[in-house]
Amino acid sequence: MNMLRRNILKGASAASTLAIAAGLFGTGNAFAAYNSAAFSAKSVADALKGMGASAPTESKDIAIKAPEIAENGAVVPVEVTSKIAGTTSIAILAEKNPNPLVASFKLENGAEPYISVRIKMGQTAMIRAVVTAGGKTYTAAKEVKVTIGGCGG
Amino acid sequence: MAEPMKIRATMAGDIADIKVLMNHPMETGQRKDAKTGQLIPAHFISEVTATLNGKTVMEAEWSGAISKNPYLGFKVKGAKAGDKVTVAWKDNTGATNSADATVS
Repeated sequence: MNMLRRNILKGASAASTLAIAAGLFGTGNAFAAYNSAAFSAKSVADALKGMGASAPTESKDIAIKAPEIAENGAVVPVEVTSKIAGTTSIAILAEKNPNPLVASFKLENGAEPYISVRIKMGQTAMIRAVVTAGGKTYTAAKEVKVTIGGCGG
Repeated sequence: MAEPMKIRATMAGDIADIKVLMNHPMETGQRKDAKTGQLIPAHFISEVTATLNGKTVMEAEWSGAISKNPYLGFKVKGAKAGDKVTVAWKDNTGATNSADATVS
């Protein structure tokens, strides 16, 4: 365990550790290639670019359910429902997190355009949902005020 | 490492409502150990896949910004009682876990 820890500490950042881990373990299993470019992006624009969704269209058909005020940034429940026909993926971003992209979900074979997760937020920020439907990308955002951050010690 | 995962899948009309609770520390790699001041290495679930009767219905990629002991809810249309739901995850260290449940 200590050896592992040393190795991990040597990594210049979480992103490079991730890349190494992906290289070691990423082959020969059922999981798709991890999009480390998008996840290690430090700005919303770069994250969107990494996802191949540079200029999403604002849409009122995406509903984001999240608390207006989150007392604990370590656990912020977020629900995203898309009413756009043919939704194939939903991504969630917390705009002011060190790495804004929180999660992305690919939906297929009858999965409804709905996702519910609990996320961490460093500070008050917009939660942005990015939906892909029929090759186009749509987006919506909702502000969540965080009184205690969930990142950092 | 492989702690049990809880899955509950219930039918509402023709849509299966699936809720999953996983056990994982979900370290972002940005938190410091309070005693040593050293960064705690990143350790989080990076990939999650869900299948219904062997057919993939959802594939997710996560960062460390998903909360500790992650909760995931999703819905699948056209499922029926008795169908088998399997959820598997892999974390950034290569550890994996999976569990299944029957839709009721």
